[in-house]
Amino acid sequence: MTKASITNVKTPSSALADRPASGKVSVRNVTKIYDPEGVHVVALDGFSMDIEAGDFVAIVGPSGCGKSTLMNILAGFDTLTTGEVYLDDQLLAGPGTKPLPGSDRVVVFQQGALFPWMTVLENVTYGLMKKGVLKRAEANEKGIEFLERSGNLGRIANSYPAQLSSGMQRRVEIVRALINDPKILLLDEPFRAMDTVNKNRMHQHLLRIYQATRKTIMFITHDLEEALFLADRVIVMTTRPGTMKMDIAIDLPRPRDHAMMASEAYLALKQQAVFAVREEAKRAFDRGEREMA
Amino acid sequence: MTDTNLPAPHAANLPIEKYVLAVTGLVGFVVLWYASVKWLPIDAFNRLPDPLAVIVEWTSPDPDYGISIFTADYYTHIFYSTYRALSAFVLAVVLGVPLGIFMGWKKSVHNYAYSLLGLLRPVPPLAWVPIAILLFPGVELAVIFVTFLVAFFATTMNTLVGVKAIPEDYFRAAACFGASDRDILRDIVIPGAMPSIFTGLQIAMGAAWFSLAAGEMIAAQYGLGFIIWEAYNLIQYPTIVIGMATLGLVGYVSSMLVRWVGKRLMVWHEQKLGMAG
Repeated sequence: MTKASITNVKTPSSALADRPASGKVSVRNVTKIYDPEGVHVVALDGFSMDIEAGDFVAIVGPSGCGKSTLMNILAGFDTLTTGEVYLDDQLLAGPGTKPLPGSDRVVVFQQGALFPWMTVLENVTYGLMKKGVLKRAEANEKGIEFLERSGNLGRIANSYPAQLSSGMQRRVEIVRALINDPKILLLDEPFRAMDTVNKNRMHQHLLRIYQATRKTIMFITHDLEEALFLADRVIVMTTRPGTMKMDIAIDLPRPRDHAMMASEAYLALKQQAVFAVREEAKRAFDRGEREMA
Repeated sequence: MTDTNLPAPHAANLPIEKYVLAVTGLVGFVVLWYASVKWLPIDAFNRLPDPLAVIVEWTSPDPDYGISIFTADYYTHIFYSTYRALSAFVLAVVLGVPLGIFMGWKKSVHNYAYSLLGLLRPVPPLAWVPIAILLFPGVELAVIFVTFLVAFFATTMNTLVGVKAIPEDYFRAAACFGASDRDILRDIVIPGAMPSIFTGLQIAMGAAWFSLAAGEMIAAQYGLGFIIWEAYNLIQYPTIVIGMATLGLVGYVSSMLVRWVGKRLMVWHEQKLGMAG
């Protein structure tokens, strides 16, 4: 990553960075069955998708549609039953491969996973130190640099996470991911617990980062508006067993702001997606009732 | 701030008020004690030494029953008890913390050890005394063993609970950054369980003192538990209370020390509590 591209984080009007050379994801016919001998829950059923390097893809679906399963397989937290996943044409996961997490695919978690016993700077430099290339002082310097470029966060370098607001924690967590220069950023409903004002701010913040770095992003959410606002592509998943229901290209211009959400083009896209999402949400809901009865 | 004139809503939390309440509680107890021994028309109560008699005996340069703050024997007993409680405590920490950590972290260790611990834990320390005496040569080791057991269970269980309570996402995040098993142990498991470990150590310290007194009453020639029992047998009632009060004091001080060390080690945790409060 070049210095210039990071500096751009602060200037929202800047143009979209060039498409990176790496970060292409290919999910081919992936099926995941939990407890095949017993309960036999099919979380994913022949799911396929391709993400171009530098694309921002949002995955939307009701709870239990397998979107978290998909992320866990990509991140290397879980195995798949059949199918393959490739990252830049390298096999990442197939039947029988051992799940292997790595700093080329960093996850930002729904509940937040900054280590509470480490300062912001220790958290941010954790991946650098584990890689063992940089010395402590060099890692700290780079950490401060990245914090500074993400909206002057350098001043909180020595704070502990519990002293920060949830928005601030999220920003630090994103810095902690980006500093490792991952090929793909996996965001698992990272703004779920936030109020609307903070959520909107975080959206702007994330879009600025995306503009500047053009990392491949897979963003998981159950909030359609959020998905449409942020992504280049919105993939709507069916309720369990998870398959792709709809793949919508969002050709709205970048940089985006919330005024865009009143535009005709946006509303047309939303109309197209909203029905599909509602239908799946209703199916999930009805099934939930039957399962409980 | 403009509202400083208003009565503080958490007056009880102010340091001075806190001490006033603590002293009031203590004095209230002593007065109640004095009143029930001196004035209640109940024989069982009248047999007990009143607080004044205890204090006079405790601070007398020439005590009636041989134990006061001016006698060397008093400190010999304190020394023996402290030495036993500390040995048992250190042993419990050295064995219990690692066992709890691996039980919490690795499923297989948990499966091996959990039911065994579950069966042994409810057995009270006194019930171990005969086995301890048969097992160990001499009284010293037997008493330390009995004291150790209770502290060990408290330490192991709290450490185990502490590791189990660490969110799965912390392990996953560490794995994302390429942390090895050893890194995860050092960077996630141990610091994550630390608050619960120190709760366990405080409980273990308290437990060590109460099972120590029980062990000393039965098996020892020195120690605070021993003087309590000895004084009872020799009808030296004020000395019973001196022994009990001294046990309370050393137990309290040792628990405070554990808490103090914990605070030093976990700045992040203090911050968290500070924010919540």
